[in-house]
Amino acid sequence: MQTAIMIVANYPLYIRSVPTQGELKFHYTVHTSLDVVEEKISGVGKALADQRELYLGLLYPTEDYKVYGYMTNSKVKFVIVVDSSNTSLRDNEIRSMFRKLHNSFTDVMCNPFYNPGDPIQSKAFDSIVSTMMVQAF
Amino acid sequence: MRKHYSVFFLLITFFSFFHFHHALMCFLKERVTCVSTLELMGFRVGQGLIERFTKDCPTFKEDLDIMKFLCKDLWSTIFRKQIDNLRTNHQGTYVLQDNKFALLTQFSTGKQYLEEAPKYLAFSCGLIRGALSNLGLESVVTAEVSLMPSCKFQVVIQKL
Repeated sequence: MQTAIMIVANYPLYIRSVPTQGELKFHYTVHTSLDVVEEKISGVGKALADQRELYLGLLYPTEDYKVYGYMTNSKVKFVIVVDSSNTSLRDNEIRSMFRKLHNSFTDVMCNPFYNPGDPIQSKAFDSIVSTMMVQAF
Repeated sequence: MRKHYSVFFLLITFFSFFHFHHALMCFLKERVTCVSTLELMGFRVGQGLIERFTKDCPTFKEDLDIMKFLCKDLWSTIFRKQIDNLRTNHQGTYVLQDNKFALLTQFSTGKQYLEEAPKYLAFSCGLIRGALSNLGLESVVTAEVSLMPSCKFQVVIQKL
């Protein structure tokens, strides 16, 4: 069962997958999901005014994976990829995972030693992501 | 509740920041590097702050919404008051006027120390620029003071 969490700001800032061998595959998934995110964002402008949530929902289901997206106000996109076989994850859980990711990402951002745009190398962030992935998957 | 704690710490650090700011000023004697260093510091702080403050906000629809957020929410969280006047030419230039700018109130209420004021505004200019940059708007921010403690920040959005 493979899952991955990615943080992208037009190029990947952070990629983490369980198990760690399939990372290259997830790079490809990230790039295709970015297109879908752009589509969703530009689509929101034509839709109702209250559709301005940060959570973007299920981006697209392929035969192997389900991809969920979330975009912050600073245009940083979070992407979670899960196996299609994992049907036990509900929307609420994914939402709360994104919230936790956003909170930890904010902490990384406020770290004065972190330059925005660098790959994320914070150990605290790593440990939060690990606990999250273990809990959920 | 957590938000209140962070604001509380922000205020505590803010007051000590004011004195630190002044000490930093005396330390960085050379005018040119002083101003640009402060501006860069403000830029980085602005980026981090905006990430924290927009965590729970829905996405902004257009530039004016972003400027309004800056004037109301960001300014009141940092300086405990809102911007008093926002003007725009609807073509990317905004003028934010604060009639009682928190960092200048301790100086004077008139024309005294007017020439010292720009140094103390550099950090706040950087703050605005950093905040806007993280929201996707590149800008050039300048400040002017004609009568203490009121000051005007001019923001020109750079369109690509």
